[in-house]
Amino acid sequence: MKPRNISLTVNGSERFAEAEPRVTLLDFLRYHLGVTGAHMGCEHGVCGACSVLVDGEPVRACLMFAVQAAGKSVTTVEGLAGSDGEPSPLQEAFRDAHGLQCGYCTPGMLIAAQALLDENPDPDEADIREAIGGNICRCTGYVQIIEAIQLAVTNLREAAQ
Amino acid sequence: MNSQAPNTRYIARKRRTQEDKRFVTGRGLFVQDIERPGMLHVAVLPCPYPRAKINNIDFSAALALPGVHAVLEGAELAGATNSLFGGLKTPGVKWRPLAFEMSRYAGEWVAAVAADSRAIAEDAMELIEVDYTPTDPVIDPEEAYQPNSPQVHPEHGSNVLYDGEFTWGPVDDDFAAADHSLSFRARWHRSSTVPIETFGAVAEWDEGKGILDVWASIQMPNYADQIAASLGIPLNAVRVHQDVDVGGSYGVKRGIKHTVLIGYLSRKLERPIRLIEDRLDNMGGGDAHGPDRIFDTQVAYNSDGAIKSLKIRALDDAGAYPGRGPFQLGKPIAAIVGPYTINSVHYEAISVTTNKTGQVPVRGFGQAPTNYMLERAVDKVAAALSMDRLEIRRRNFIQPDQFPYEQPSGTKYDSGNYPAVLDKVLALADFDALCARRDEIRSEGRLAGIGVATCLEPGGGNNMFEYLMNPSAEITTFMEGAEARIDGEGCITGVMATTTSGQGHETLVATILGEELEREPDDIRVIHADTLTAMPTRSPVASRMAIMLGGAITGAAAKLKAQIMAIAAHNLERTIDQLEYSGGDVFDRNDPSRKLTWKEICYIAHKQFHRLPEGAAPGLQAQHVWQVPLGGQMPDENNKVQLYPCFSFQAHIPLVEIDPGTGKVTLLEYFIAHDCGTVINPDIVRGMIMGGIAHGIGAALYEKFQYTPDGQFLSATFADYLMPSTFEVPLVQDTEHCTPSPLTSHGQKGSGEGGYLGAPAAVASAVNDALSVRGLEIDQLPMRMSLIEELLNGTP
Repeated sequence: MKPRNISLTVNGSERFAEAEPRVTLLDFLRYHLGVTGAHMGCEHGVCGACSVLVDGEPVRACLMFAVQAAGKSVTTVEGLAGSDGEPSPLQEAFRDAHGLQCGYCTPGMLIAAQALLDENPDPDEADIREAIGGNICRCTGYVQIIEAIQLAVTNLREAAQ
Repeated sequence: MNSQAPNTRYIARKRRTQEDKRFVTGRGLFVQDIERPGMLHVAVLPCPYPRAKINNIDFSAALALPGVHAVLEGAELAGATNSLFGGLKTPGVKWRPLAFEMSRYAGEWVAAVAADSRAIAEDAMELIEVDYTPTDPVIDPEEAYQPNSPQVHPEHGSNVLYDGEFTWGPVDDDFAAADHSLSFRARWHRSSTVPIETFGAVAEWDEGKGILDVWASIQMPNYADQIAASLGIPLNAVRVHQDVDVGGSYGVKRGIKHTVLIGYLSRKLERPIRLIEDRLDNMGGGDAHGPDRIFDTQVAYNSDGAIKSLKIRALDDAGAYPGRGPFQLGKPIAAIVGPYTINSVHYEAISVTTNKTGQVPVRGFGQAPTNYMLERAVDKVAAALSMDRLEIRRRNFIQPDQFPYEQPSGTKYDSGNYPAVLDKVLALADFDALCARRDEIRSEGRLAGIGVATCLEPGGGNNMFEYLMNPSAEITTFMEGAEARIDGEGCITGVMATTTSGQGHETLVATILGEELEREPDDIRVIHADTLTAMPTRSPVASRMAIMLGGAITGAAAKLKAQIMAIAAHNLERTIDQLEYSGGDVFDRNDPSRKLTWKEICYIAHKQFHRLPEGAAPGLQAQHVWQVPLGGQMPDENNKVQLYPCFSFQAHIPLVEIDPGTGKVTLLEYFIAHDCGTVINPDIVRGMIMGGIAHGIGAALYEKFQYTPDGQFLSATFADYLMPSTFEVPLVQDTEHCTPSPLTSHGQKGSGEGGYLGAPAAVASAVNDALSVRGLEIDQLPMRMSLIEELLNGTP
């Protein structure tokens, strides 16, 4: 099928490439733009490893075509760091709590957690479980991920005071 | 003994890991991130039939599609490569990347396309016409065991891959003398650990150098050896790059057939070739399913609860291509009596082949099903005697003063304190209160149960069970190697010999090097040598890296320290025993001003040959390769032999509620106490345990590779193969105990598998406790909602 021109904002930068209409946003990011943070897990929207924010909403990049994201603003795990390039408080909390092991589902977990914190700065455990309930992790059993998000909440609250 | 090793700077201290930074910032380097110039992409065509004769493959239309560079069928590949490695001596069982003449399961790959993109390759795949003649498959393992069943591998002459019997100790006498015996069947259905990253690999043949470079999401012993053997090239013509981050493995990332396929294509086309499984390739055709086992067990026991003897028959369905899968019947021999003083065991292990996806080693290497069966046996004895489940375990536990304890099959358990660990988990759970809570739920007319299970986790990897099952495999070396270097500026680099897949090996190496050299671990670089530059290794399997890589890097550090001390002694004109090493500086104990700093010593070593002691080589570098502790012995005439050196221990206590209407199980609480000796990094160990428990919850309640009776595969997607999410896994509460191993560098044992060994048994115990008020019992996993509902409410 004939390639289309697709332009969108990725992690704050204007990006542009050609892709066939059948190319998913995930493949577009990874193989057309070289932005490899989001990962392919199941390719049918169950595992959440490919999660990105599209105009601030968490989205399965494997279930969205790149053409559908044209003109939108996409944030991947690479875009969570501060403008100085330092890891964000959420990313630091994942390090402090060891909220990961192999790192493969981690970008999706961070995106889901960031979307939660953007909406609710004071989530309880049930809110956190709900927010990452669509992201499968096979390494951690979730305990240290939940603790990491709780730590981020605490740290952000203290920083705000 | 408490959990902190004494006098450590870095070991057993809560510290960030080395690996996490790159992963939280999206900078990991996974195989899907590898791009090579001119790289082609492969898609594979699955067979729709469980068993079929391949008459003809017409791929002319596929080959004509623009962007397609090659279409490969099994006949060409079989003619140009050797069949893949199998652990047993079964020459009639030929495993190949693509089916040749006959396909043996629904989903088996019969052709491959290499194209400019994966999308084009998939387009081409749809243009391939295969002419099949379907034939009757054999799906049920007990049917496969019958002599007249259809043969999966006719050249082998039977579906029985292995059928061996072992008797350790006076089994018949113990059964005759015991007050009682009972028998039962336990069924562990087919599941696996299913990493979120599928298997993938990139292969690039360099004709000029005669080297095949491989980047892969791999966790497997002797991967390069198997590639070389199958492609018929020298071992030193294969270079596996091990600095590729592996997106989870838990034993199963063993894509040898994928690699041989793309290695062949890369040599043929002289292009880099990439094959990344999609989820359907992975679930249906990746040959990565786990144990699928039927246990028939008899237990002899006395009225006082003492369990005297076991007779175990384990029938395992290895699928169509067993690889090393059948050895998963052998590893459990290492802890065949668990933590109990059972005097004798008869063990019959049977592996059969069926028309299903092939079996691969899974976390615990067969121990999780066996521990499930063993703990079911203990619970059943308790029930038969109306004895408390904790009490019967206490009565049968090996006691702390009995170590090293030689169990009937000849393995000596190194150390442990099982009663103390059980006491710790009971205290953590506030066990009486937990029982009261269960009883309160029951009093409201609902179903609730508490699980009790323990497990031993063999660690270190001494695989002499392979020899027990295949005497032509006379392999007694189970080593690990590492290297450490200090450069002229004093920077330290540790070199490990394998990939890593989430276990934190870089942190392990840095922590131990830092501890031994008294230098900050965060400043230590840890790299993964490729297979041509690496020290010998048996790879990160068998809960062995804390033990074996830890020991290797400790040995390398000791050699470095000896070099440092020799340089200091020479320059300070003192004997080594007059000197003190502190934080890398070396000084005269009686005159601390007579001193060389770390920087000075490193500079001398690299730049000032005139200041080196006679005979010393320039630089500071050391390699250490060591054999697994207690390893190297052949079995005696009674098939007794040491398997694995170190034995960790865990006790699990979950509380479940079952919805009597739907059969849905909810884990309300989960408590665990564990003892893996000295903990190197507490966060890593805790993560291993939590993750293992989640895997175990999945195996106990949800995960099953389901086949129809006629062999169609029903669990090819994550919508059909159910894995625990945050809604299914509770906030597990943990506590630890430390009984150091006398066999390892710092008292450490393994911790990568225990959670998965104990949790299935614990959840089964809890569900059965809940069902017991209705007089019901389940002896199969997974105990899915539909199964429980049917049991509670009758067939719908």
